[in-house]
Amino acid sequence: MKRSLKSNRKSNLEVAGIYLIVLVMFVVILYPLLWAVGISLNPGTSMFSAKLIPDNWSTDNYNWLFNDPRSDYKLWYKNTLIVASFNALASVFMVGLTAFVFSRYHFVGRKNTIYATLLMQVFPVLMGMVAIYLLLNLVGLLDTFTGLVIFYTVGGLPMNIFLVKGYMDTIPRDLDESAKMDGAGHLRILTRILLPLIAPILAVVALFTFMAPFMDFLTPRIILRSPEKYTVALGLFSFINDKMGNNFTRFAAGTILIALPISTVFLFLQRYLISGLAEGGTKG
Amino acid sequence: MTTEHPSARAADHEASANPGIAPGIHASLDTSARPGTSASPGIVPGTNTAAAANPRAAAWLSVVPGLGQFYNHRWIKGSILLLLALLFAIAMTAPLINGIWGLITLGDNPETDDSRTLLVQGILSAIVIVILAIAYGLNIKDAHRDAVRRREGFAIPSVRKAFHDSWEHGFPYFIVVPTFLLLTMIVIFPLLFMVLLAFTNYNLYNSPPAHLLDWVGFDNFIALFTESIWSRSLLAVMAWTVVWTLVATSLQIALAFFLAMIVNDSRVRFKRFIRTVFILPWAVPSFMTVLVFAAMFNDTFGTINRDILSVFNVSVPWLTDPTWARIAIILVQVWLGFPYVFTLVTGVLQSISKDWYEAADVDGGTRLAKFRYITMPHVLFATAPLLIMQYAYNFNNFNIIYLFNKGGPPVPGQSSGATDIMISWVYGLTFDQNNYKMAAAISIIMGLVVAFFAFYQFRRSRSFREEGMY
Repeated sequence: MKRSLKSNRKSNLEVAGIYLIVLVMFVVILYPLLWAVGISLNPGTSMFSAKLIPDNWSTDNYNWLFNDPRSDYKLWYKNTLIVASFNALASVFMVGLTAFVFSRYHFVGRKNTIYATLLMQVFPVLMGMVAIYLLLNLVGLLDTFTGLVIFYTVGGLPMNIFLVKGYMDTIPRDLDESAKMDGAGHLRILTRILLPLIAPILAVVALFTFMAPFMDFLTPRIILRSPEKYTVALGLFSFINDKMGNNFTRFAAGTILIALPISTVFLFLQRYLISGLAEGGTKG
Repeated sequence: MTTEHPSARAADHEASANPGIAPGIHASLDTSARPGTSASPGIVPGTNTAAAANPRAAAWLSVVPGLGQFYNHRWIKGSILLLLALLFAIAMTAPLINGIWGLITLGDNPETDDSRTLLVQGILSAIVIVILAIAYGLNIKDAHRDAVRRREGFAIPSVRKAFHDSWEHGFPYFIVVPTFLLLTMIVIFPLLFMVLLAFTNYNLYNSPPAHLLDWVGFDNFIALFTESIWSRSLLAVMAWTVVWTLVATSLQIALAFFLAMIVNDSRVRFKRFIRTVFILPWAVPSFMTVLVFAAMFNDTFGTINRDILSVFNVSVPWLTDPTWARIAIILVQVWLGFPYVFTLVTGVLQSISKDWYEAADVDGGTRLAKFRYITMPHVLFATAPLLIMQYAYNFNNFNIIYLFNKGGPPVPGQSSGATDIMISWVYGLTFDQNNYKMAAAISIIMGLVVAFFAFYQFRRSRSFREEGMY
């Protein structure tokens, strides 16, 4: 009796400790995020005079983004949505097919192609930016969404293929073997048998590839030239990188409007993320 | 399902394994003398051409693509190949020769030639030549194989059936070949371009279109190791890159592991809510948070010095002192990077069966023992490849370095800043200083390091050792 009381107290203490750590982490995580919100609500343009809780807060920055005739924000957002959608679609299609072949087929050169794909994913694409620029220039895809989408989709292929292949490897082969016995073709096995089972990891790939254009300002900076084609990340970056003016508060407001939908989708897909990544990781 | 008969397949292998077995005159004798094949159901009796088919002749004929296929009576396939070959010969010869010429000379007239374009065209020509050579080889092999099968007595499949068969048996190639062509263009081509740049004299003062580039051999690499401004920078950047990769990644993994463990404790409530908040740093675009952090760490105006540390009456030069800048940037990366690992580990922890822990309880295992012998192995086993990728990711983590402090603060006597890692240094050299040749040379060294470690680690990891299972 006495002993259980003691261990009970110990247990309570532990749980309190855990909550304390969680609380500290909450502060550490939320403090910078609240700052970002605070900065966006400050009336001035500089981040240095900004305060966490502004004296006279205003939504001027948000208003400007949407209503000022000089603002291209809505256009940028639309551009990014186009690029992101096509990137997600093309990626899921190509990644699904290639991962299916890598996971399910024996063919001459299989091992070497897998090694080659693995090696490709460790080279940063940034290293080849000059060449990408010249190549797209040569084939007339510079300053087009097509060029950007091709670059994003293919550049992300190696990593995503392994994510999906790893996940697919955990699905027993008996399922598709028996479908094959029944005379199902290659694509039928993929779409009817495997697709429903690998949906979680494909959702993860779709999410990652959809988000990439929202977060990346480097590639569009090299590929896109005309301001009316800017993606939202590049456009926002021009707020703080322009020679014309350094408008950090407006930048913060613009990024918060990207962060909100992305984090919402992220949190909704949390369950998929956790199970998909863990499964894919087991064999990836 | 297929017309292929096991014994015929064995014969096929035999024939391709020692080509000496099938020289001209012996061919007919060879077929009739083989006991197994004449009884096989794949044979179409009475085809007198079958006995005369000579694989070697077919292969030699298809030196002109298509003729070998004609020899095998595959008229349509032969015509298509012949037509393609003619078209390629007419249309591609001149551009390919020009391309290779450009690659060798890099242009001879500065008024008309742009060395960069010539370099790009040269690499593309080389890639096309390799692909055509492979296709050419496959064409010869195809004629040879068809002749062998004809000799074994197989009927020539109809066009329709041939298409069906190639889809049925060649399906993986229909997917992998296009994918690899795209990867060649977007991933391999830029790498080749960069490798070649490292052997030219391309920098701000010698840049096309005003000047022509020249091949300079290993001069850039020699400069990198002998000229003090380069060798000192290289050494400093390499050292910091290694420290950065190891410390930042290990810290973020350790923190994530610890948090995932305590949140997964059965006594903790509101798990979903806690996890949601913990994922936030991952869900918010990093280019915003890094810039906000840069503002927060600002020496004079930043909230960390102004609002938090001023309570203790200290002021830390976060962005101007090399050591403090490095500490700050590692802290920021841990903040940014732990949610991903946290998500991974949480997923694995949830999948570990309770039975393990119950069995350990029965045996009187301590908490430490349970962690050491059940949790740790499970998590590491499952996530090892992705954790390795985390190290590779941070090795190349350009965004945070560039956005936080642009690699600064600057260090006298070096071309790199104190927090510059390899990739941000290369970026600065390329886009700010236009020193392409040195950027390319450094990239090659960096690429070799990354490739070596990645290859070594992946080979060791489970998914490759078990490859034989599938």
